[in-house]
Amino acid sequence: METISIEKAKEMLIYVADKIIENKPYLTEIDSAIGDGDHGIGMAGGMQKAKTKLEGQASFDSVYDVFATAGKAMLMSMGGASGVIFGSLYLAGAKGMEPKTELTAGDLAAMERKSLEAIKERGKASVGDKTMVDALEPAVEAMEASSEKGLLEMLKEAEKAAYQGVENTKNQLAKYGRAKSLLERAIGHQDAGATSVAIIFRSMREFVEKEEA
Amino acid sequence: MSKKIINDAEQVVSEMMEGYVKAYEKYYEKHPEVNGVLLKERRKGKVSLVVGGGSGHEPLFSGFVGKGLADAAACGNIFASPDPNTIYETAKAVEDGHGVLFVYGNYAGDNLNFDMGEEILNDDGIKTAHVRVWDDCASAPAERTSDRRGIAGDVFVMKIAGAACDSGADLEEVKRITEKARDQLRTIGVATSPGMIPGLEKPTFELGEKEIEYGMGLHGEPGIQRTTMKPADELTETLFTNLLKDMPLEAGEEVCVLVNGLGSTTILELAIVYRKLRELLDEKGVRVYDSDLNSFCTCQEMGGFSITIMKVDPELKKYYDMPCYCPYYSKEAR
Repeated sequence: METISIEKAKEMLIYVADKIIENKPYLTEIDSAIGDGDHGIGMAGGMQKAKTKLEGQASFDSVYDVFATAGKAMLMSMGGASGVIFGSLYLAGAKGMEPKTELTAGDLAAMERKSLEAIKERGKASVGDKTMVDALEPAVEAMEASSEKGLLEMLKEAEKAAYQGVENTKNQLAKYGRAKSLLERAIGHQDAGATSVAIIFRSMREFVEKEEA
Repeated sequence: MSKKIINDAEQVVSEMMEGYVKAYEKYYEKHPEVNGVLLKERRKGKVSLVVGGGSGHEPLFSGFVGKGLADAAACGNIFASPDPNTIYETAKAVEDGHGVLFVYGNYAGDNLNFDMGEEILNDDGIKTAHVRVWDDCASAPAERTSDRRGIAGDVFVMKIAGAACDSGADLEEVKRITEKARDQLRTIGVATSPGMIPGLEKPTFELGEKEIEYGMGLHGEPGIQRTTMKPADELTETLFTNLLKDMPLEAGEEVCVLVNGLGSTTILELAIVYRKLRELLDEKGVRVYDSDLNSFCTCQEMGGFSITIMKVDPELKKYYDMPCYCPYYSKEAR
């Protein structure tokens, strides 16, 4: 699989949504340790909305439209900081792009870079703040460094970097959310938002791997 | 296991909205698509005031929809900001051609979602402005005012904003007056026990049996000092002293005061606090223009209280004195 077509993008994002929904109890457990405990519920709800929206739309003009549609469905339904942030993960990078019917590995990396910058701008978070940016930024950097190797290799690198980012959040003090109030008590616990990012990249890799098998 | 009176944890917000709007159907209707509480009889020809935030802090925010107050409230899930679509649709339903002023507490999630809601309204050609309430002076130092959280001071800011809108002032003027109210007030509180997140069986923070925390946020955000429980007079004096460090009060100045219970603290207790607070204000020669003792800004069954003081000048008094009515808050014309 060298590129992602409109149809495959739709299937991939539905696959990702199913994986997040499947991980709702796991995300709830992680978030309950240091957060409000509602991250899993919020993400699963948003992903369900994205899935329903994608399944309900028969045709898209551009691969970017697929991402934008999923992102908008999340952004417009979830609420809380994670609604805007995770909605932007799909929407911000896809918005305003020249329509394409096939995305290369490089296109996907460029789209995620644009999303990352928008998320950092809106959320005012940087690497080290114990947020989803700790997984997303290294994943985007890994994608940019490996996009020449093809889609699957690139997503493998992104997944690895995202999971390393999740590991890093265990040693960080939180700058946002309820975990912030726990100060050093949040040490040892991973960030739920970063975990969601890692699950998203892992699911994308799994999807592409299955397609190639 | 907490004995919270709910059915299904995932339905608490929608069931609460349904009951709330039905109970006050004389005044309210629910937006047909989103969790927005709309005032039925709205004054025409004015800027629309839309407030909002996470649910679980009732009567804030939906309880401040009323005549001379907010035209609508956009309500999120428990302790989570409403999404941009809820904000957009709620505002759109009450907008009357004169623009929309949003008033909400200064939290990351609210700022993100309300900003996006405004962007969509602007795309529709609707003028918008916002005033973020950042009254909790224990939540960040004075040089980082805009990092402070919004708590019970929301009540006075919504009161003034509602009156300013009612007066027929344009959006820019309404925003100026509302910001003035926001900048003339400070709040500081003390927590004695946590609230429980409905359905999660989980306290919003942990506090020892005999411990209290000054300056703790509504969702358990860290305060400035944790200590053992003290008598009401001492708690009040400590809070007042800390508030004065941030907003000094001179003899002859006039203030409006709100002693706000955080959920499980009783009016009896709030009145005992007020008694001491009034004594301290009187000693300083500060004149009290009006006061309220109530639990307006709560976090479920959280224990404790906050003190809000708003300095008022003739302009703010003019708006404070305009009548307003909603089931949870009302003022006669003065």
